[in-house]
Amino acid sequence: MNIHEYQGKALLKAHGVPVLEGVHCTTVDQALAAYDQLGSKVVAVKSQIHAGGRGKGNLYAPDTGDLVMEGGVKIAFAKDEVETYATNILGNVLVTIQTGADGKLVRNLYVEAGCDIAHEYYLAILVDRENKSVLIMASTEGGMDIEHVAETTPEKIHKISVDPNAGLLGYQKRDLGLALGLSGGAHKAFAKALSSMYEMFVSSDCSMLEINPLVRTADDGIVALDAKVSFDENAEFRHKNWDDLRDLSEEEEVEIRAKETGLSYVKLDGNIGCLVNGAGLAMATMDVIKLYGGEPANFLDVGGGANEEQVKTAFSIILEDPNVKGILVNIFGGIMRCDIIARGVIAATEALSLDVPLVVRLAGTNVDEGKAILAASTLNIHPADDLAEGAQKIVELIGGVA
Amino acid sequence: MAIWIEEDAKVLVQGITGKQGMFHADKMVEYGTNIVGGCTPGKGGQTVDLQGQAYPVWNSMFEAIQATDADATVIYVPPPFAGEAIMEAADAFDTIKGEGVVVCITEGIPTLDMVKAVAFVENRPGVRLIGPNCPGIITPGEKGGAKIGIMPGHIHAKGRIGIVSKSGTLTYEAVAQTMSIDEGQSTCVGIGGDPVNGTGFIECLAAFEADPQTEAIVMIGEIGGNAEQEAAAWAAENVTKPIVGFVAGATAPPGKRMGHAGAIISGGKGTAEEKFAAFEAAGIACAKDPSELGAVLLQSLKAAGLR
Repeated sequence: MNIHEYQGKALLKAHGVPVLEGVHCTTVDQALAAYDQLGSKVVAVKSQIHAGGRGKGNLYAPDTGDLVMEGGVKIAFAKDEVETYATNILGNVLVTIQTGADGKLVRNLYVEAGCDIAHEYYLAILVDRENKSVLIMASTEGGMDIEHVAETTPEKIHKISVDPNAGLLGYQKRDLGLALGLSGGAHKAFAKALSSMYEMFVSSDCSMLEINPLVRTADDGIVALDAKVSFDENAEFRHKNWDDLRDLSEEEEVEIRAKETGLSYVKLDGNIGCLVNGAGLAMATMDVIKLYGGEPANFLDVGGGANEEQVKTAFSIILEDPNVKGILVNIFGGIMRCDIIARGVIAATEALSLDVPLVVRLAGTNVDEGKAILAASTLNIHPADDLAEGAQKIVELIGGVA
Repeated sequence: MAIWIEEDAKVLVQGITGKQGMFHADKMVEYGTNIVGGCTPGKGGQTVDLQGQAYPVWNSMFEAIQATDADATVIYVPPPFAGEAIMEAADAFDTIKGEGVVVCITEGIPTLDMVKAVAFVENRPGVRLIGPNCPGIITPGEKGGAKIGIMPGHIHAKGRIGIVSKSGTLTYEAVAQTMSIDEGQSTCVGIGGDPVNGTGFIECLAAFEADPQTEAIVMIGEIGGNAEQEAAAWAAENVTKPIVGFVAGATAPPGKRMGHAGAIISGGKGTAEEKFAAFEAAGIACAKDPSELGAVLLQSLKAAGLR
């Protein structure tokens, strides 16, 4: 789960990490009031969306598609500039390298005081899958695309692996500060900020905390100038405040609805809907559809113990996508019995008056009973014995290779 | 032989009085697994009825292992408590026996809980953690065998193919594929689809290589991370037995989590293409469609003079 920069900064501030004064706004008037309130001559006017690359992105009018402004993050030197930038940002669509061509409608703005920057650094805390531990990454090359730095000058990225039993240790903070070339007051300020960030990462169950740039100010302070924060959704049960931080307008509505009923759904661009049990098998089903010339319309895992109602919900979610021209059901019954799935499929097709071709592949527990139930129905259901046959059949039924 | 779990292994069930725990404990007994009881804090002294027989419940894993000399435990505890259940089991096995296998089925454990639990287990080198978010481990026997997890027992048969996989139902698919060419399995291990887990591919490959019962290996990966690439590179140097592989997620879009917490292509890394290429570079025979795993395995067995 991702949150906005302004929310991430509030969290950083609450944990004692220095950030600049700023105000979250949703209207141009609020942005102007924020400028007066901050009392800073120079302010940053920043689009708030759940995607990176905002500064280098472009804003387009949602109705005409015309270019409104280049750059989703602007520095304003006077109040009238704040007005221009806020007007150009709010209600328009920001397209960045990370949003895809459709971009994202900007509903939130952050107006932030300026500061004198002496140097920009990069800092990130994340879970390292290979070492099974929390990893801290820092670089003197702040404000740049860190993947580019990693490729071209990997020696400029410094890493610390935190022992989960010991926590982040004093020498690790000191060493990392020295590796960044910090000394004196800035070195101390860095160690303190890093402690606070690590504490926030752990206590807030973050999966990613990225500060790019983290800056050293002219007076040797350390300030988080940007904040990209995401949380580990598995830990939601112990963070009741996440409900207030979640911006549903940034998430796919249908994916949220699927999740609420215990289904895992991701929409894709093809025309063959899939309904599968198990994440690995669901991915493999998409892959095999593609292998036989079709294009999957979605990823959908109904889980290990789906009931008739969930199967019905799964069908209705698949059919909401107007591109869907056919559906492939692929179930390997383990705990889930094929006869129950077969009944669920029949109930769902009847209830939803399904009018696209349906191929059902059943295997595993009670497969014979399941197949018999499907065969006895008068509905237009095409059986398949294995995944390859199922994929070939559905590709043929919707009119051949795409 | 088989790996880590012998077909008559003594098995405990953590969370045995819960709905999931009891349901699956019953299925395990039905399959022939040597269940010796279970553990639910606060319910010690009770019994649980499985397949018409009463099984004892203990308050703690220390009590349970002391009383039963169990070899393994399987965890069906809800996510908020599962990390601690792993550590309790590891501590008890290590203290009492110096060894033990902990299988965690639970899906949805917070990642930082797993970081802590995995470090805790790694400090106890005799203890092996399998999972979490996995179907478990099964060693099919002559009659029954040891099914420790949620996989459908009846699709398996004792044999010489070792299977290791990140995914549940896709593992069943692989099992069915071995059966389609009249081959059974030595041991099937589901290592789970979480970003931070216990036993990995390399440990499974090493154990299969050392196991005289295993003559060929099926390895099923998926997008996300680079465990498959590392395992392939390791296998090229260290595994002499034929390996057949598949990777799920060739059509998965970048940046989207595909069901499993760990199944995500991030920063362009961890794609199926990358993993298939690593497999092929290591001489692993790949199926691009899991329905062809059987045919590819048959070819590999023939090439190795095993058929």
